[in-house]
Amino acid sequence: MKARKYFPIFGLALALAGVQQLTQLTGTAYYLTQMTMTAYYALLIIGLCLVMGYAGQISLGHAGFFAIGGYTSAVLTTFDLTPLLAKGNGVISILAASGLLVSRENLYGAALLSVNPWIACIAAIIVTVLIAFLIGMPVLKLKGHYLAMATLGFGIIIFRVALAIEIFGEADGISDVPGFPLLPGIIVSGDFSNRVQNYYVACMLLLIGFILLQNLIDSRVGRALRAIHGSEEAANAMGVNTSRYKLYTFVLSAVFAAIAGIFLTHYNGGIGPSEAGIMKSVRYVAIVAIGGMANLWGALVMAALLNFLSLRGMFGSYDDAVFGTILIIIMLFAPHGLLRLQLWRFFKKSSRDS
Amino acid sequence: MTLLDIKNVNKHFGGLQAVSQVSFSVRQGMIKSVIGPNGAGKTTLFNLISGNLPLTSGRIFFDGRPIHGLQPYQIACRGISRTFQNIKLFPGMTALENVMIGRHTRTRSGFISGMCHFPAARREEEKIREKSFELLQLLEISQHAEVEAASLAFGQQRAVEFARALASEPTLLLLDEPAAGLNIYETAEIARLITKIKAQGITVLLVEHDMSLVMDISDEIVVLSFGEKIAEDIPSAIQQNREVIQIYLGDGDA
Repeated sequence: MKARKYFPIFGLALALAGVQQLTQLTGTAYYLTQMTMTAYYALLIIGLCLVMGYAGQISLGHAGFFAIGGYTSAVLTTFDLTPLLAKGNGVISILAASGLLVSRENLYGAALLSVNPWIACIAAIIVTVLIAFLIGMPVLKLKGHYLAMATLGFGIIIFRVALAIEIFGEADGISDVPGFPLLPGIIVSGDFSNRVQNYYVACMLLLIGFILLQNLIDSRVGRALRAIHGSEEAANAMGVNTSRYKLYTFVLSAVFAAIAGIFLTHYNGGIGPSEAGIMKSVRYVAIVAIGGMANLWGALVMAALLNFLSLRGMFGSYDDAVFGTILIIIMLFAPHGLLRLQLWRFFKKSSRDS
Repeated sequence: MTLLDIKNVNKHFGGLQAVSQVSFSVRQGMIKSVIGPNGAGKTTLFNLISGNLPLTSGRIFFDGRPIHGLQPYQIACRGISRTFQNIKLFPGMTALENVMIGRHTRTRSGFISGMCHFPAARREEEKIREKSFELLQLLEISQHAEVEAASLAFGQQRAVEFARALASEPTLLLLDEPAAGLNIYETAEIARLITKIKAQGITVLLVEHDMSLVMDISDEIVVLSFGEKIAEDIPSAIQQNREVIQIYLGDGDA
């Protein structure tokens, strides 16, 4: 009985493997690059789906958490500590001796000493958790439009910080981020030879995230979150610590976003300020909405489809406009998402608008 | 034994004195009712007890410990459960799921065990389901367990809300106008359910408009008028009380 609920996920895993085989057969293995990136964006989006669809709180700042994860990891793994070591900095030499730092060669063959990607990853998650708590505590007291505005403000701050501070590379972002040796023989990097491997790493991560969220929704906590969505007052009267539950959910989804950011940064070998942009956050919200809000599968399917099309450049220079339009149309005509809509009605109404 | 002790409670909304120097106590195992005409401060008083509104001054003790100043969820955890005047069931959830939320204070599994579906969490979930179903049976609506709560008839929704409130195994149950919006048959049904709840050993504090319901089932009645307590007695004495008759039926001279 209990195993049955994992069947669809098992099916999804098979489908993802099938897609990889198909690209192999048809000689379109270059699609895997965008699919891998899509899987990471989807990880963020299912996390946001928990906050928006189930707990009923909006966040227009999730690109900010993605960027916090990505940038923290990127800075730590690229910042050269060799000069500090040469100066005889005690802390650095202890760190180097304990294996927390790794040495590698940069593009020009010079030795470079930086933080071990694992340590950088953990540090990035910790930083994200701290910031998510600090932002979430005051901001989640707000509701509706006010919460949207406050999280939007947070997103703008992160974007501006990334753009203005030298260590974050300003408008250029950070490049030359090394691969992330996840397991012996498995490296998260954009290296050509690792493409298939990385596709599976991304898919695994997405599936694990999906299973964790699905379990959570189907648990005591998930029920409490849906209750908060339904009536915060009644949930509170039933003994649910509503502010704590909202905060934890917000932080959890921020961690999902940060992990997506960390892995995608290693995969792409860099990160730029556009990842923290407002339109990215709007895009994530639009995808959760088109997926049907309280619908994890919907969010996953739509995230996979739309991100892939966007990354393949299908929307051309209208990329952001497409997602903005999607958001407006969904809010007007299909607030329960595209999957639950009578399609003819959607086309009839949207064609009249366009 | 005194279960709930309300001492000199005041509540102002700006210049309006909604509740003024109200004191009374509820003994364990009884049904106590608060009545009064519209605007007498009944619901305000109710929200002060449940923590939905902060007191202006005064003190409220439950089981000997102060509960004023606590958040509603903390008060719920102490063992006070409530229903709402305009039924607040959770939309998009079945009747059973609504009752299962009521088990929240009696269960523990958190985010981590929920995400990983640890065996302990699964067993707990099973127990929540069983216990909640039993409550639906007790309130005679178990045949609607899997129906979306919002689509049930009003009287049935009221029963689901009772079950949800009982699911936390409260020592005190606060009922905010349980007969509001119900017809005469449904009201009689609610009266029967309330006495059934009392028989389970649960103390009930009832805020109500419907006189017949209050007179039939209450052990004691408090009468509020313009935020002040004007009488507190057994039902038969309240029926004879001149002041109460006056505020309900108006002045004889008029």
